Parts: sequence; structure tokens; C-alpha cells
Amino acid sequence: MNPMTEPALSAAPVVPAYRAAQRVTLIRVVRSEWTKLRSLPSTLWLLLSTFLLVAGGGLVSAIVALSSLPHGAAAVAAFDPTQLSLSGVALAELTAGALGVLIMTGEYATGQIRLTLTAVPRRLPVLWGKIAALAAAMLAACTTATLAAFFITQAILAPHHLSTTLAQPGVARAVFGSALVLTGVALLGLVTGALLRNAAGGISALFGVLYGLTIAAGFLPGNLSHEVRKYLPENSAADLTSVGHTAGSLGPWTGFGLFCLYTAVALGASAWLLRRRDA
Amino acid sequence: MIEVRGLTKKYGDKLAVDGLTFTVRPGIVTGFLGPNGAGKSTTMRMILGLDAPTTGTATVNGRPYREYTAPLHEAGALLEARPAHPGRSAYHHLLAIAQTSGIRRSRVDEVMDAVGLREAGRRRAGRFSLGMGQRLSIATALLGDPQTVILDEPLNGLDTEGIRWVRSLLRSLAAEGKTVFVSSHLMNEMSVTAEHLIVIGRGRLIADTAIADFIARASHPAVRVRATDPQALAAALRGPGVTISAGPGGELTVTGLSTDQVGTAARTAGLTVLELAAQTASLEEAFTAMTQDAVEYRTPAAGAGPSQKTSQKTTEGAQR
Repeated sequence: MNPMTEPALSAAPVVPAYRAAQRVTLIRVVRSEWTKLRSLPSTLWLLLSTFLLVAGGGLVSAIVALSSLPHGAAAVAAFDPTQLSLSGVALAELTAGALGVLIMTGEYATGQIRLTLTAVPRRLPVLWGKIAALAAAMLAACTTATLAAFFITQAILAPHHLSTTLAQPGVARAVFGSALVLTGVALLGLVTGALLRNAAGGISALFGVLYGLTIAAGFLPGNLSHEVRKYLPENSAADLTSVGHTAGSLGPWTGFGLFCLYTAVALGASAWLLRRRDA
Repeated sequence: MIEVRGLTKKYGDKLAVDGLTFTVRPGIVTGFLGPNGAGKSTTMRMILGLDAPTTGTATVNGRPYREYTAPLHEAGALLEARPAHPGRSAYHHLLAIAQTSGIRRSRVDEVMDAVGLREAGRRRAGRFSLGMGQRLSIATALLGDPQTVILDEPLNGLDTEGIRWVRSLLRSLAAEGKTVFVSSHLMNEMSVTAEHLIVIGRGRLIADTAIADFIARASHPAVRVRATDPQALAAALRGPGVTISAGPGGELTVTGLSTDQVGTAARTAGLTVLELAAQTASLEEAFTAMTQDAVEYRTPAAGAGPSQKTSQKTTEGAQR
């Protein structure tokens, strides 16, 4: 924390020439965005938090479940060990979404965006590069986390003959699907951040769209509420994170497809604005 | 080479940049001078394709900057007070920018060495002093060995040694044949750094001139004189092309006459001269007076009349 002593300056600065060829390519911008993501402690902390919420959520839920294990055939049949292992996913959506928003808005808050766009004046590769870097980091971290949560939980439940395996119908889909949904939420956050260019606004808007809409739909009369809810972003993606199928929902892949469609529409809008707006 | 033609930027109904036309030539340091809020930064952002002009064009080395596929080799820019994301190390900041164009890691080390940031390279940019931050910004600007260098207030926050260092850097870049375009709101700073000056006020071009011409035109010599009877002295000095203004304590400021002429006239009138001195207006004063005209020109815009015409002439006169 001590103020740094300034290194001495050479009397006559010498900046040698650089003759090697230069050219901006999409893959190079992806590499640059990957460097940015991994070199910023704040994004690494959010990534780690997301991982810990998923993995830790499974562990804690399994330990709590031990104190009230189901008895009787009906209760055992209703017991969902996969759901239990993934109980941290809903909470991890918050950190995943915030991570996505901050990756984009951090550039605007610090003025970094102007340097970034001076280096990549065609602009759009920056958006694709950020999406690729964030998607890769999230898929790796969240797949590891959901698998860890799943196996830890099943190991704890196994002595009580309540565990399941990835081979059971719908289980693998829920475990890997949860990682996909978390990645999707992070990307929706990134796109929201690109639209609003401000961290507070971006996070509020993202959570408003994800949770606010769902809560607001609850005020509608019963049947209508049910009908509207299944098309909302949070609810449409929810089925992919569970083995069971909520009655009247769109189903795991149709629902997630709709979620991706929402994200794609927002992405299109943010790409259009990134090209047009002053940086 | 930077070519700006009829560049205009409107924010709402406020004109930030108003019909600027100028050329920044390679091989010399060109100063971009104007008071704060004159539109310097906006102009620089438009040159770099960051802000879209309302009308007009700006090209770097012959083409709009946004069209380049190797942009860092065309232009290097220092734009913000904050040099990098405060949470990222200087090394990773430079590396991320270098990677977009496929610039090698060895080049990142090279520019960090050149600005003396080798040891501090792994520390977070947020902990840098103002001076070190400016050096990181300069390293960023020079990463791609650009033909054109665009620096917005690069001397801000630097100590004397740092200022001297940046000056010698700018001169050596110009000597290599690069185009060097540097903004500042301080005239004195530019008078020792730049060879050519582009002066703007309220978004309009006020002067586009070699620094030597600017200095010659700006320094109107005046004579400060105090004598036993100021009224009588003023009467004795009056003549064509002579202006006299009275100051406190009977002091007169006279233009259009030399100290010799004033002294002789006083003796002829039988007055005792108590104080007599030649006075040269500072460049800073000349610059303030010049940009003041631009300010006056805009303020009474509602009542467009003959008075506006006069001050417009003043600005054009300054433009040559």
C-alpha cells in the first residue's frame, strides 16, 4: 500500500521501431479479451464466487438434507437428489449476471473502452471477443462446479441409498444444463451492460428482467399469470436446470432456446448501438 | 498526417466543434491549443473514430481511422486522465492491447523499458502516481510504432523532469518523421514544445500558424512610464498610432512608441521621469486575449449586430 517510488527516467527516451506485421483479427481480439478477463482480480473473484456458490450450495444442501431424510416409499420417490445437488445454481445466477455486466461496464467506467476501440476501430470484434472469453470461462468454471456439486451430494447421500447417477434420465441434462443456464445469464448480463454502459443500471436492468418480470407476472390473475410466466426469461430457462418437468412449462430445450433468443435479440441491439454510439 | 475538413460536432443544440479545417503535417510537433472546453478532446476523439462527426471528415495518414486493419501502426493515442483499468497491471494492460494486432510480447517489454516502468509493470495501474500513469499512457500510445501520435494533455500531472522527458520524446518522434499532435491548455508549455500551433476557442479555429510567427505577432511591445505630471505627459505623447492608458499612481502604459521616444518627449515637456520600462506582453496573455475574442464572439449571438461583426474580424485577423 506504500506509495511507490517513481523509477528514474532515462534522460533521452528511446523507443525502438517495431517492424513486424500487425493486423487486427477476430481470434487476436478474443485472445486480448481473454487476457483482460484473467488479469482483473474483480472478475476472477466473481468467477470464483459463482463456482463456490454452486459447489458449496450442493454440499450444504446435502448435509442439511441428512437431518430430515425421507421415509416411506412415496417420500423417497418424491426425493430429487439431482435437484438437491444443484440448489446453489439459482443463487449463483446473481454473481454470474453481475460478472457479465461488469465485464462490459468496467471498460466504460474507467475510460478503457476508448483505448480498446482505438486498438479495434471496427468495434464489433470487441463484443464477439468478450462473449467468447466470458462463455469459455463460465462454461469451464460452471461445468466443473455443477459436476462437483453433483458428485459431492451423491457421495453424501449414497450411504442412505438415496443417490442417483448421471446415467439416469434427465440427470446429465440438468447437471450440464445448469452450467449452460449460468453461462447464458452471464452473457445476458454482458449484453445488458453493453446496452446501458453503466454498472448500476446494467445490474438493475438484468435482475429486473430476470426476477422483476417474474414477480410482476405474479400480480396477474391465476391462469393468465401462469401462461405469461412460462415465456419470461428466468422461467423459460429454469426447466433445463432440473430433472423434472414443471407442468405447463415450455420444456427444457424449447425454454432455453427462448432464453437464447432473448439474449440474441439484446445482443443484436447492443451490436448495432456499439457501432453507432460515440465511445 | 492528419487532415481535418469542416469538422463539426453538435451535442443537442450545443456546438462543441464548429467547422474546423486544418492539416497536421509529419516531421514536426504540432501543438493543439485552446482553453478548457474549447473542443480539443472532442476533435481528437473524432480523428480517432471514437466520436462520429455531425458533419465533416477527419483522416489519419490519408484514410478515416476506422478503416484501418493495422490501426496501432497508424496512430497511437493518449486520451484519458486514467491510463488503464485500475485493477489491472501495467503489463497486462499493454499486453491486452498488443494482442489485438498480434504485436509480440517482447514489444510490450520494450515500451515498458523505454518509459521506465519495467519494475512497476506487475503492479496494479490503480496504484500508480499521476506521473507513472502518464508514462503508461505514453507506452500504450507507442506500442504499435505509430506513424501518427495523438496526445491529449500529455504533460498534465508531470513534474519538471517528466515534462522535459516528454518534450524530448515528442521532438525525437517528430525527428523520425512521425506526425505529432499534442493538445494543451497552457500557451507557455506549447511555446517551448511545438513548432506549429493550431489554436481553437469555442470549437472554432482561431489560428493555424508557425510558433515563431505567433510569438512575433503576439508580443506587442509597450512602454510603462511614470512622471511628475501624468496628464501633461499624456498630452505630450499623443499622436497617430499611439495608445495611452492610465494606471494607478499616475502610471501610463504606452504603445506605438519606444522608450527612447517616450523619454525624449518627457524631457521636451519639461517633466521628470520617475520610472521608464519596456514591457512585452507574455504569450499567455496574448493567448488569453485571442481566445477571449472567440468567447465574446459567441456570447451575444442572440443580438446579431455590427458589434459581432467587429469581433469576428478580430478572430479572422488573428487567423491572418
